Amino acid sequence: MQTVQRSPLLPRLLRVRPGGLAPIIALLAVLLILVAVRQSDFFAPPSLMSFLGRSAPIILLAAGQYFVIVSGEFDLSVGALVTAQVVVAARLIDSEPARTWPVVVLLLGFGALVGLVNGVITTRLRVPSFITTLGMLLILLGAVYLWSDGAPKGGLSDEFRRFGRWAFEDVPVLGRVPYALIVLLAFAALAVLVARSDFGRTLIAVGDNPRTAELSGVRVWRHRSIAFVLSGVAAAVAAILIGGYSGVSFQAGAGLEFGAITAVVLGGVALGGGRGSVVGAMLGALTLELLFALMNFYGVSGALRSTVQGAIILLAVAVSAPRSSSR
Amino acid sequence: MRRTIAALAAVTLLGLAGCATDEPAAGPSGSASAAGSGTGEQSKFFVQADYEAELALLDATATGPADRPWEQVLNPKMVDTAKFKKAGPYKLCFSNAALNNPWRQVGFKTMQAEVEAQGSRIKEFVHVDAEGKDQKQIADINDLLGKGCDALIVSPNTTATLTPAVAAACQSGLPVIVFDRGVDTPCPVTFINPIGGYGFGHVGAEFVSQRMKPGGKLLALRILPGVDVLETRWSAAKVAFDKAKVDVVGVEFTDGDPAKTKKIVNDYIQRHGTIDGVWMDAGAVAVAAVEAFQDAGKPVPPINGEDQLDFLKLWKDKGLTAIAPTYPTYQWRTPIIAALRVLDGQPVSNPWKLPQPTITQENLDSYLDLDMPPLHYAMCGCTDLPGYPQRWK
Repeated sequence: MQTVQRSPLLPRLLRVRPGGLAPIIALLAVLLILVAVRQSDFFAPPSLMSFLGRSAPIILLAAGQYFVIVSGEFDLSVGALVTAQVVVAARLIDSEPARTWPVVVLLLGFGALVGLVNGVITTRLRVPSFITTLGMLLILLGAVYLWSDGAPKGGLSDEFRRFGRWAFEDVPVLGRVPYALIVLLAFAALAVLVARSDFGRTLIAVGDNPRTAELSGVRVWRHRSIAFVLSGVAAAVAAILIGGYSGVSFQAGAGLEFGAITAVVLGGVALGGGRGSVVGAMLGALTLELLFALMNFYGVSGALRSTVQGAIILLAVAVSAPRSSSR
Repeated sequence: MRRTIAALAAVTLLGLAGCATDEPAAGPSGSASAAGSGTGEQSKFFVQADYEAELALLDATATGPADRPWEQVLNPKMVDTAKFKKAGPYKLCFSNAALNNPWRQVGFKTMQAEVEAQGSRIKEFVHVDAEGKDQKQIADINDLLGKGCDALIVSPNTTATLTPAVAAACQSGLPVIVFDRGVDTPCPVTFINPIGGYGFGHVGAEFVSQRMKPGGKLLALRILPGVDVLETRWSAAKVAFDKAKVDVVGVEFTDGDPAKTKKIVNDYIQRHGTIDGVWMDAGAVAVAAVEAFQDAGKPVPPINGEDQLDFLKLWKDKGLTAIAPTYPTYQWRTPIIAALRVLDGQPVSNPWKLPQPTITQENLDSYLDLDMPPLHYAMCGCTDLPGYPQRWK
């Protein structure tokens, strides 16, 4: 009822196409202004670069999560996957520099495999993805706990850690450009290419109305499975950056799945699928990290972060609710 | 259009968050500058008499062999154990709270090696891991009572909940030896532990507050609230900081997570420009804290860690101004030694207070063994045990 009253009130100018970028860009701009008012030296190249570098993993996870959510599913397993990957990497590398690259390749393969399993179970066995990936979360955490006897073993080599920790020094103007930022830009470009390809457009159609897509000859299960694989690979890359940033720990990926989902809905991607853009999802992640940075500058306890994430998810669902009821 | 609503809603949310921030921001920083310290209220776990007793123990001289601190005792109070005397070899049983962190892993390996070293006198060693669950440990202790053990060693998961189970074990006539965390009953033959949390917290806090520049900003990093062994560390540090009039700009909980630690430290460096000292209640994330300064291109301020080798190595390599109070893992050897003495009918000290050495710049080299893995604890007292070093790798 409210929507009926609301829609005519909105000026035509503010109308944007569904899943458009205008709201998230506006929000990002507001946050940037607030940060500039409170802590202008945040925009000095060194601190800005370090902020972008440490935001890289969550932005990558948001990009991966975008493909899954826009196709109408969820991936709750990415946080546990990151933890598992970091612990596995530490044990396999065991501080041996020579093992770095083989393990990196292995992690990417492992991420893709976990995504594939999630996808196939969801689409072929018709288990709701919420349950599939929740199960995967528990399986991964349990397995890694069992395998490592409850405490991480081994260590990551400096060669492995450089991806998440090192930077190109003495770059003109920018000063110090973290490797993580370069990795992020490369994968972000790749994600945009995938999203704009036929596959990416079909994926949105699948999320919007799987039945129509099926009837028009799209293999829905295949598209959705590939979306899960993309999310798994994104988690692998994020794990490499996070392991590099902070070293091995059992908490490496804790809570990242909710961060990624929050970022995606903040970026204007509809929960339930069919609407949104990968750039929006990534900007959503950046906005979320900026919001946390702002909260830090204002001295707000870090404990409030999960509350804010929860509020964003609830608001996003509430805002997109009229659409479902009008169907 | 719906996007616009979403944007509006999000901006509203931001506004709300902004409102909510005003008060806390004014609170801690305001009071911090007023009182010259942001340490807050004293912990509910703080007991002045215990605090003073522990600080006195730091200067006490231990009796026993100097090169075997796990056999040493501070202020011994011997108790008679003649009634437990019996002929060997013995079956020793151990109910373990958990193996869920590197400290306990190193400790347990040390204990197993000690059992092996005493091989001729121990015919069987039974170990049950409670996996960090009180209920499981209560059941474990109950089960062990029916297994024909000659002595029972308990490392309780929590103090209050495990007390009745330990009391029941005492009543069965077994000699019971408790170590690490205690229980609220005097019935065990002896309770073995190092000096304790007040000593640990005090040593680190005193070092950091003396080495940092006067009036400098200190960040305190804690693992989590409400655990007695960690609360005592913090409460002793708080007393030291208040006395030294250090400006404690933050007391944060890291959950023992290096990524979170690094972000927190990074946040504080950004918020305050510089941090002049870091205190931590446990060393597990000390390396992450140091890395946060390195990655931000800032000098690493005076800091305390623990005896984990990754921190000791970083300290040596980067020439940090650091100190490492310890909660030595060699205490896992002592219960086996104590059990055998009790079964021999020899008197043992109750409580059995072990010395708690501190690693400083002067003795750093003697503890730094580059061949051991990064999460190994230097104070394991295990170099003379069978299977060293392979067992601990």
